[in-house]
Amino acid sequence: MNAVANYNFAYLDEQTKRMIRRAILKAVAIPGYQVPFSSREMPMPYGWGTGGVQVTASIIGPDDVLKVIDQGADDTTNAVSIRAFFAKVAQVKTTTHTAEATIIQTRHRIPERKLEAGQILVYQVPIPEPLRFLEPRETETRKMHALEEYGLMHVKLYEDIARHGRIATTYAYPVKVEGRYVMDPSPTPKFDNPKMHRSEALQLFGAGREHRIYAVPPHTEVVSLDFEDHPFTVQHFAEPCALCGAEQVYLDEVILDDRGGHMYVCSDTDHCEERRDAGYVGVMGEAAE
Amino acid sequence: MLSHDFGAGFAEPVRDAQGVFRAVLDALANPGTAQKLANMSGGCAALTSELASTLLTLGDHDTAIWLSPALNSDAVQGFVGFHTGADVVNDPAKANFAFVALGDAMPELGRCNLGSQEYPDRSTTIVAEVPSLSGGAKLVLRGPGIRETQDISPVGLPRDFLAQWSENREIFPRGVDLLLVADGQVMGLPRSSRVEA
Repeated sequence: MNAVANYNFAYLDEQTKRMIRRAILKAVAIPGYQVPFSSREMPMPYGWGTGGVQVTASIIGPDDVLKVIDQGADDTTNAVSIRAFFAKVAQVKTTTHTAEATIIQTRHRIPERKLEAGQILVYQVPIPEPLRFLEPRETETRKMHALEEYGLMHVKLYEDIARHGRIATTYAYPVKVEGRYVMDPSPTPKFDNPKMHRSEALQLFGAGREHRIYAVPPHTEVVSLDFEDHPFTVQHFAEPCALCGAEQVYLDEVILDDRGGHMYVCSDTDHCEERRDAGYVGVMGEAAE
Repeated sequence: MLSHDFGAGFAEPVRDAQGVFRAVLDALANPGTAQKLANMSGGCAALTSELASTLLTLGDHDTAIWLSPALNSDAVQGFVGFHTGADVVNDPAKANFAFVALGDAMPELGRCNLGSQEYPDRSTTIVAEVPSLSGGAKLVLRGPGIRETQDISPVGLPRDFLAQWSENREIFPRGVDLLLVADGQVMGLPRSSRVEA
């Protein structure tokens, strides 16, 4: 007998799933608002995606196909272990291909391939409160959201400009959802912010340690905060991916030696593999056979 | 005499609740679209399969349930108590979920729990059985979850529904969310949707 047969489908007990499901429905009805929920101990430490795991465990069914990425990659520790976790406790099919997945759990990236209607993107969120580093008291930030009092956030962005000449925030760049709530898009690079705007896919956010769930339904307005004279812009990379030659994608810098050698490669490993399979070759890549 | 026949719950509780939940999630994430409810519970008396399945999926001892007059029978109360352990309350303003049987009037939206500005999630969700999700007067939805507009034509909404809903939308982020069920399908109207004739 298999030892995990003692666990309920998808690990969580049904009472917990109902509680999380109720929170998810409220989150979808109030886009960008952080719904408190009673986060559970999971068989992994806080900071390893317990919020995302609880959201995924509450929505996943036997017919779902799960993809998990960590900084865009399917093959890093966090992604591999969460994928293995659900393969074991929910016996679901897993994939590394964005197009095949019905649920994609992510830590800090949005896949380069445009997501489709019916897909659900589940974010692992460390600090869900965009105002937290400006105002540490929960009672105050809650009031600020209630009164739509977001002046402090603009002051923070303005101070960036005063100090650096530009908005220096490059990740966890605050967004306004449907003209109402200011939301932390989780620490994705700001490069990914435009992908959240009117996405075809449903986006769910789970913060396990901070006990919050929030959501952005499909086709919802997600606007990065900025100023008229300092409009929001995304990162640009001077060179294309060294393996597949892709431009207009998010790249990771890889150090190659101790003499300053380095290369830039796609952060989205699935996107890079698909391009190389299709015959694209970068300056350091090898042609596909 | 006490009756012990409470009606059947889900045949496979874990699988069936997940399936119904995903239909309800899709319904609220894509307002105005009809989503199929598969593997439903048989229900009990006026608590139809659609209402019973939604109740079993979302209700438990942490939730307070309001029942419309046709549902306020010993049989249905027994079903609710036996299968979910949820509290049945007399005032929709105290309910997490309000269940409305076919033919019963929906509680006025303003009389439900609307949540607070700080905690808008602490509001009532109405689950109402209607004669049909199509064939009625056309309404146009706009808002999150909708590309441009979404036409709906459910039958059996209150006469002053547009006025009630417009007030409900006005107080966003507070407000009531609405699930309409009929013919094995569910349609969602989250508080974020704007509705026009």
